Amino acid sequence: MTVETNEPAPRSVMPDRFSLPDEKGRFGPYGGSYVPETLYHPLKELNDAYLEARADPSFQHELDRLLKEFAGRPTELYFAERLTKELGGAKIYLKREDLLHTGAHKINNALGQALLAKRMGKKRIIAETGAGQHGIATASVCAKFGLDCKIYMGAEDMRRQALNVFRMRLSGAEVHGVEAGSKTLKEAINEAMRDWVTNVRTTHYILGSALGAHPYPGMVRDFHRIISKETKRQFLETEGRLPDEMIACVGGGSNAIGFFFDFLEETNVRLIGVEAGGRSLKEGEHAARFEGGKLGVLQGCKTWILQNPDGQINQTHSVSAGLDYAAIGPEHAFYRDLNRIEFAHAGDEDALNAFRALSSTEGILPALETAHGLAHAFKRAKEMRKDELLCVNLSGRGDKDAMEAARLMGVSGLPQMPTL
Amino acid sequence: MMNSDRIAKLFSDCKAEGRSAFVAYVCACDPDFDRSLEVCRSLIKGGVDILELGVPFSDPLADGLTNQLAAQRALEAGCTQEDVFRLVREIRTFSEIPIVFYTYYNLIFSQGVENYARKSKEAGVDGLLTLDLPPEEADELINACKESELANIFIIAPTTPKERIAKIAKRASGFLYYVSREGVTGARDDLAGDLDERVAAIREHTDLPLVVGFGISSVQQVVEVAKVADGVVVGSALVNCIPQNLESTPKMLAAIEQKARSLVGGLTAA
Ligand SMILES: Cc1ncc(COP(=O)(O)O)c(C=O)c1O
Repeated sequence: MTVETNEPAPRSVMPDRFSLPDEKGRFGPYGGSYVPETLYHPLKELNDAYLEARADPSFQHELDRLLKEFAGRPTELYFAERLTKELGGAKIYLKREDLLHTGAHKINNALGQALLAKRMGKKRIIAETGAGQHGIATASVCAKFGLDCKIYMGAEDMRRQALNVFRMRLSGAEVHGVEAGSKTLKEAINEAMRDWVTNVRTTHYILGSALGAHPYPGMVRDFHRIISKETKRQFLETEGRLPDEMIACVGGGSNAIGFFFDFLEETNVRLIGVEAGGRSLKEGEHAARFEGGKLGVLQGCKTWILQNPDGQINQTHSVSAGLDYAAIGPEHAFYRDLNRIEFAHAGDEDALNAFRALSSTEGILPALETAHGLAHAFKRAKEMRKDELLCVNLSGRGDKDAMEAARLMGVSGLPQMPTL
Repeated sequence: MMNSDRIAKLFSDCKAEGRSAFVAYVCACDPDFDRSLEVCRSLIKGGVDILELGVPFSDPLADGLTNQLAAQRALEAGCTQEDVFRLVREIRTFSEIPIVFYTYYNLIFSQGVENYARKSKEAGVDGLLTLDLPPEEADELINACKESELANIFIIAPTTPKERIAKIAKRASGFLYYVSREGVTGARDDLAGDLDERVAAIREHTDLPLVVGFGISSVQQVVEVAKVADGVVVGSALVNCIPQNLESTPKMLAAIEQKARSLVGGLTAA
């Protein structure tokens, strides 16, 4: 059902965005619940508990309060004046999710799911993490609520995000290194799922992106929807109109879907997700699922996946741990078919350049994940008119990446991260 | 012989003999194609009744370390899907033992579900057990299996509520597999305590043969499980014989045959 033109679907054929996922967890042909039998019923219980909580004003009220007091919402919509001048095109705005507590959008979802876990009486939390941002957010929320916390993280990611490992441990979380495969996000999810299959009666799994089995993709999206709600209101306040184009990086897709959601039916606003182009688009050198991937089933859901002809999942590569993953969230695949969300990719080099450029023009150090979105936005801004508005979701800050970026830029004499 | 008949015949023969069946799990092509074929031959000589062949997958999220490493050895030895079918064809030159694939859905889906079922049938496979495919997602595979006369085996877990047991049983064919505890595959010392009750609850809903597995590793456990189940599944305890004897193929084959024979002995003690 892939549409071949670049024209977005007219408003009339856009589905009601709240109607998805359906009761089987599907976004059109994508999504679903492809899990071992042991998890099938617990996932149904989770879905029931979530739907009940979502309809309960006291749950929403408590979450809103925590988002404000603990996480620091609302985040600013910031006009990047020098960057705009430098590029000479569209007016560039940044949605400052990097200013949130723990440094990225991930805290929106971690808070929501931790509240839900408390409501369900689960006292033990597990999570996977790639860049460490979801791990930090989860560890921090667990410390706050007094919940046991174990984080699964690929050994390669532990190396390149050593600062975050230290921070998670400071918050009292146990960080478990995963040595299998490419030692990154996918392997961490496998290991977290194995833990969950074993301890499902006592444990809630806080999945960190809009991925996996139903109800995760829709639930994680809902917890991040606040980003688009605020952005819409802020644009109407500051510019008196909506932006022309919005850009976000896409790992599993949580910051992007949260940022896009309230604009899905605003078909005059162009929405672009940016995947990791890695070193090149050769197999194993990137994580751009829409360049070389195909439909498949991985870790609970049906979606676009980088795989070989036999159906074995490919190794992936990206300079950013948070985008280094073989599958994309099912809702993105669905809106891509409708041509509602378009996809581009940015490579390692482009991301590193954007990482530097935003730091030097605006004094804002972005996460390497975010830098992929920025790299594409820089290109687009130059192609757009000066009276057009472009908004980038600044999903996270780059403190965690400073050391790895310095290493990649060839800076010598770096200090070692302490281990705890 | 019609493929799924091998399964039905095996269980009815066992019933006539008044004993449970022994289901042996190993990963196909572990540690490589040639030795895997000999491993299967040794298991059959050791007296196992059903061969459950793991199809190696890059992301075996329902498997414990033993089976993960087995899949990794197979993939590192270059095992392809075609090799797994070839392995079954080779076994069929000397044995009519029922063979079930223990697999993950992407391996089937990526080949085209109907095509995969047809190829399995042609190779001599009798049934498919797809770990990450609950019956709710299985329409396409169920139809393809019917078409190709393959059994579609589903799992029931300790977390499966009563209402759901009937639903699963209705969609299954060949036999049902009760996973005796929450968790991933892997040898364990203790068995779940409520096995009798759980098995009785399942039998209320189905006449299909019921096998029990996950974590069974000693003769004593085989004896216990055989008292209540139509079949006993042993995996990791057999798979472990492979990495422990990588330096000598004769030792590997002797070890696995001996292990199988001693565990199979538990069936008649029951
Ligand atoms: C700052 C930041 N942005 C983006 C991502 C990618 O995840 P998602 O696509 O779910 O937003 C991550 C993941 O770790 C991240 O840390």
